[in-house]
Amino acid sequence: MTLALRSGRFGALSDAPATFVLDGALVMDPPSGTADVREIAVVGGRIAEPALAPADAPRIQADGLVVAPGFCDLHAHLREPGGEDAETVAGGSRAAAHGGFTTVCAMPNTDPPIDDPASVTWLLARASDASCRVRVVAAATAGRAGVELPDYAALAAAGAVAVSDDGASIPTGRLASRAMVAVAAAGLPLIEHAEDASLAAGTAMRAGPVATRLGLAGWPASAEAVVVERDIALAAETGARVHFTHLSTSGSVEAVRRGKAAGLPITCDVTPHHLALTDAWVAGDRRFSWETGDDDDVARPLEDGLAYDGRCRVNPPLPSREDALALLGALADGTVDAIATDHAPHPPQRKAVPFEEASPGMIGLETALSVGLAAVDAGRLSLRRLIEALSISPARVIGEERSLVAGRPADLVVFDPASRWTVDPRRLAGGSHNTPLLGRELPGLVRLTVAAGRVTWDDGLLA
Amino acid sequence: MTASLPVAAPPARGWRHRHLLDVDQLSRDELVGILELAVEMRTRRAAGERLHALAGEAVGLAFYEPSTRTRVSFELAARVLGADTVDLSVAGSSVTKGESLADTLRTLDRTGITIIVLRHAAAGAPYEACRAVEAARIVNAGDGRHAHPTQALLDALTLREALGGLEGRRLAIVGDVAHSRVARSNITCLTRLGAEVVLGGPAAWVRGFDAAYPGVRVAATLADALRGADAVMTLRVQLERAAAAGIGPVDAYVRDWSLTSERLDRWAPAAWVLHPGPTNEGVEISAELAASARSLIGRQVENGVPVRMAALARLAG
Repeated sequence: MTLALRSGRFGALSDAPATFVLDGALVMDPPSGTADVREIAVVGGRIAEPALAPADAPRIQADGLVVAPGFCDLHAHLREPGGEDAETVAGGSRAAAHGGFTTVCAMPNTDPPIDDPASVTWLLARASDASCRVRVVAAATAGRAGVELPDYAALAAAGAVAVSDDGASIPTGRLASRAMVAVAAAGLPLIEHAEDASLAAGTAMRAGPVATRLGLAGWPASAEAVVVERDIALAAETGARVHFTHLSTSGSVEAVRRGKAAGLPITCDVTPHHLALTDAWVAGDRRFSWETGDDDDVARPLEDGLAYDGRCRVNPPLPSREDALALLGALADGTVDAIATDHAPHPPQRKAVPFEEASPGMIGLETALSVGLAAVDAGRLSLRRLIEALSISPARVIGEERSLVAGRPADLVVFDPASRWTVDPRRLAGGSHNTPLLGRELPGLVRLTVAAGRVTWDDGLLA
Repeated sequence: MTASLPVAAPPARGWRHRHLLDVDQLSRDELVGILELAVEMRTRRAAGERLHALAGEAVGLAFYEPSTRTRVSFELAARVLGADTVDLSVAGSSVTKGESLADTLRTLDRTGITIIVLRHAAAGAPYEACRAVEAARIVNAGDGRHAHPTQALLDALTLREALGGLEGRRLAIVGDVAHSRVARSNITCLTRLGAEVVLGGPAAWVRGFDAAYPGVRVAATLADALRGADAVMTLRVQLERAAAAGIGPVDAYVRDWSLTSERLDRWAPAAWVLHPGPTNEGVEISAELAASARSLIGRQVENGVPVRMAALARLAG
């Protein structure tokens, strides 16, 4: 199945394997240490020595472009079943391909939730001709109700790559402990949305001076930290692999840093919006975290058109500037393993409402690379670290390898780091457009995405 | 004999606001301009002049929360200035049938309502409202805990007249500041007009306000809040909220923070007393003090109409 978007075309995993030779691009392959301009060939869907490519293989001159292993998103909401008014597996996978992602982990907080082997099998079948590989994260508790544990071994056998009650934490320490014993036995990681429900109840944005001025109940940083600290202690007792998703506070990443130093098998991700956006966005500010100064005036008047934009409502809420910069620092130094999008599509009627009533979440698959490149351009992150965090490290969390060495199935993204584009609904492939980045110019255009040897997105490079 | 204000309302120097959402959007000069216009409106209305600043305007009162004094004073202000008014009472309208705020306001906009006065329980609702409409202008009549700009303006007018000015004067605001849109708008308005603001109340109700509002001080005790104050505004205690907010029983609030004549005599004998109403007598303020000669509560209510006349006139046309 193909679908056009602007100049480009989407492909699917059911298409024929690709063959082409790319020349002149900067090949960035962190696992092999490659970071130089050279030829790279794909033959019959596999990375090949360029010399062995057939003479009639299409040759693409790709000067100025970057080739990297395909991106892997540990956290996306594809909304099937039950949320098709916001997104579908097909639409979400096109958004993924358009953003350079070749693997997307679908979160189980659907309606009904993905919490048994049959629903895992159903979702995998649904995604068999998608525009990216869809990996299934199954619910960590039956029905996401936080009471009973499902059969993790059966879920793993059906193809689940992790379990999570995303949208909420496992509610009690006792149940989290039992879940960790069980995931360790099943060989799955537990992806934890760290948030103490009692501290978060009734809140709409991050606590702090901005929330105080806006009259919105504030979400305290402790809401996240107490669960991270609890789960690190439990991971130490159980030996479970615990992955903390969308961390948003400096205290949480500090706790992860300590846990890793103690040798625990814990990992974590942050989202692009928690790196670049801040709580001041709720008041109408539209500068990235690194574009603001220490002496910033909290008393800036609200702007009629931008303040209380429901598209800035997200959970966990947008962080303070200090925490956003701390997350960037932790990503740069490796404490934070991965960037995950928490791509959360919502239809307009759930966002164009008073702020506190807006559904939390924003889309991210199609802007993650661009926001990351903006941080690279600002000197906050190296290009190599960005690629590791989008590709190598998240894939490793779900037990997959990524590399551009010859012989491996071709799984790559080709992007132009210098070209700029304006985020606009007409340039987004997903089913929903809920992002406060609309209208913003960002660096980085994905020109070609190849997943499992198939071209899933081609912005006029091949065809 | 009747005279009239020019229809093309007093377009004050530099007035550039399409909506009135909070006082924070207004410069010091714009604030002073509204207060002076309110005084002029009050005088002319008292003299029996017929005023036409809102001739041709259709003012819709969209109150999603119950309100008596604010709604009535907006309605009267609009009518006195020659506007048609439509009371979009919540019960029985599509508001209660699940239609979204944006859809309702878009409908009003297309119907020809030119100014929508909006009261809503959600902070920021007027900002969402002004994104929904094309032609209509929005006046915030109170949004959640966030803002109540015309209340702040009428308080500023009341204080300015009682104190002979605001520059360098000190106002204490005492009570449930955290849940109060009146407190937030007053802090912004009065500090911009040169006054000093001190906050007092149970820790859970004043926490973080000094960081959020540079220059504002949080006092630890009522005595500390009142000392040196030229006026004190006490806020309504939502009795059901006291327990939930963890400030302890209401009698603890009364013991530590209730305003009485005796306490005022001891710590701020010359201070005026304000309250945005309605009062819980015997809780945040004694009945005796509320009715005393140093109470400005009646003046606050009286200033409601002229201040709202001035605010609406600014947005006309």
